[in-house]
Amino acid sequence: MDFGFTDDQREIQRTARDLLAERAAPERVREHAEAASMDGELWRELSELGWPGIALPEDHGGQGLGRIELSILCEELGRALAPVPFLPSVLAATLIEHAGSPEQRDRWLPGLASGETKGALGTALDGSAELVIGAGDADVIVLVEDDGARVLSPEQAEVTPVASIDPTRSSARVSGAEDAGEPLAGDVSAGVDRALVAVSSELVGVCDRALEMTVAYVKERKQFGVPVGSFQAVSHRCAQMLLETEKARSTAANAAWAADADPGALAEAAAMAKAAASDAGRAVTASAIQAHGGIGFTWEADVHWLFKRAHMDAALLGGPKHHRARLAAILADRAGAHAVG
Amino acid sequence: MDLTFTPQQTAFRDELRGWLADNPPDPEPSDGGDDAQFAWRRDWQRRLYDAGWAAPSWPAEYGGRGATPTESAIYFEEIGRARVPFSANTLGLLLGGPTLMVWGTPEQKERYLPPILSAEEIWCQGFSEPDAGSDLASLKTRAVRDPAHPDGWVVTGQKVWTSGAQYSKWCMLVARTDAEAAKHKGLTYFLMDMEQDGVQVRPLRQITGEAEFNELFIEEARIPDANVVGGVGNGWTVALTTLMNERAGLGFALQIRLRQLLDDVISRAAERGLLEDPLYADALAELHVRCESLRLMAWKGLTDAERYGQPGPEGSLVKWLWSDTNQRLTELAVDIIGPDALTAGTSWSYEFLRARGNTIEGGTTEVLKNIVAERVLGLPRLKVAA
Repeated sequence: MDFGFTDDQREIQRTARDLLAERAAPERVREHAEAASMDGELWRELSELGWPGIALPEDHGGQGLGRIELSILCEELGRALAPVPFLPSVLAATLIEHAGSPEQRDRWLPGLASGETKGALGTALDGSAELVIGAGDADVIVLVEDDGARVLSPEQAEVTPVASIDPTRSSARVSGAEDAGEPLAGDVSAGVDRALVAVSSELVGVCDRALEMTVAYVKERKQFGVPVGSFQAVSHRCAQMLLETEKARSTAANAAWAADADPGALAEAAAMAKAAASDAGRAVTASAIQAHGGIGFTWEADVHWLFKRAHMDAALLGGPKHHRARLAAILADRAGAHAVG
Repeated sequence: MDLTFTPQQTAFRDELRGWLADNPPDPEPSDGGDDAQFAWRRDWQRRLYDAGWAAPSWPAEYGGRGATPTESAIYFEEIGRARVPFSANTLGLLLGGPTLMVWGTPEQKERYLPPILSAEEIWCQGFSEPDAGSDLASLKTRAVRDPAHPDGWVVTGQKVWTSGAQYSKWCMLVARTDAEAAKHKGLTYFLMDMEQDGVQVRPLRQITGEAEFNELFIEEARIPDANVVGGVGNGWTVALTTLMNERAGLGFALQIRLRQLLDDVISRAAERGLLEDPLYADALAELHVRCESLRLMAWKGLTDAERYGQPGPEGSLVKWLWSDTNQRLTELAVDIIGPDALTAGTSWSYEFLRARGNTIEGGTTEVLKNIVAERVLGLPRLKVAA
């Protein structure tokens, strides 16, 4: 039993945090959010560093590292709210890697690994998907529908940009894609479960940042002559934020580890991680707004970006209730409830 | 990151699991009350002791196996999993012994440690008082120099929540020895002989109807200087050592018991078709997530402590999450199990009622939140009267 990172993993984490502190500082994130534009310069820089391909196989131009390393980057990018299409690209790549044919992998993965190709992943109903994160800028779109998935290029469907509540990343409606592109005939659930881990890790980063900003604020802000963080109504709220964050962190770490080391346990681990991280993301960022008081409700405080990102991620690939329903089915199987039918 | 056991840890687990399977405790006595129950647990500890399994985490020189923290956690997980009773002398094994190993003199270690391990001498903990609960350092029990014996002390006061006091030979007693000194500075940690007229034990009946705890009435009890632990006036620091050990290992057994209780509730829900009901399915899945995060956080806290030398924020969080989850689980069980869970004397009603104590004992949830806020998050301390 060891929850620690290797020296290399810690180095990745430290490098990512330092780089994003400089290149995705709050002012720069705000600039791009208000202009509803992605940060192309940052995306090029991250691509040159090989971030988009960190977990993709080397023979497809990736770095061949694991899902833990990918989760580390997702968490750091979530902390920074970096206005780049990293998450949608790695989600699309994850589906193609696990459910694509060799030919599909050869066609799409090298570009996704190098960052030259940008991807997006959405959940479709009858060939249409709403608020597909990153789809407005994507070169390749993966749509998951029921137990299947399709890969298509944007010109094969109708892609209409839609402004979501989170302007740090673009969104679009993808429609008319029922028979567009090609099906991904391989193991779709293996891809989806790994995608859930990446989203959960981003949510952990969002929670961590929301807590950090809130703690700093309530230490500083004084009312009745004392820091508001000395009131238990406020400090206990912060403690609760930490508890939720740590629940999300431990389940996400477990799922990232299972993805590579214990794939048989991944479906359950991924559902737990997504349920815990989605709940945590929503609750922790809402608490962050509340603990900031009036300023937290203003456009000029940065805390609302976290709340908005958390809600987009929480809904992505199914919200907490969806994943608890999956877990309940696993529990029912285990309890032998379906033995008699 | 590697969430599996090493071959050595697996071997440790398998050896213990095999021993527990081959050496089950006698069936729990169905009559004879608390005394029979205690005798049963004492007998069980003796058997663990004879096989070298009473306290694996104790160093070999004191009769343990020098088990690592991870092995110790495995030990408690297996004890929980096997559904065997906790040792009769759990407080001596988990709190008293480890405190003496840090603060005791060579003579004290030699005198007290072996009978703790063998359950010959049972220990209890005299910390809380009627007016000193969460604010422990405000305790009023006082010890003054014995005018008749200059190398001894006379103690008077009252203690509460003392589990196992009626069976105990020794009490870990914190008393005020300097009324003039600042609140935390005037305390001393004693080992008080319970077998004397100055100590009266009265059972404290709790909401479950049984008396797991006691009140201690101490009226001019005598303690020799040789039974001071860690020096006169150093009681607060020594007591913190005891409190730090509280739950360090037991948490793993409690976490497994919570898991077993949840599995039982899920089985009952499945039998009644309630897993098909989305509201029950959602609530049970949420408890499953909490139970698993609890397990993961407990292990993360332990392995971070082993790796980095200091525990992360998990300790207080784990106790908080465990107690809250056990309450939620037993409340949901009332809905799932039905009238049996509200019928006096059933195991379900016991679990349901007993869970109310979980968020109070060993640090109330409110105090744990203060600890998290102040020591983990670094928020300003609440201003309270000195």
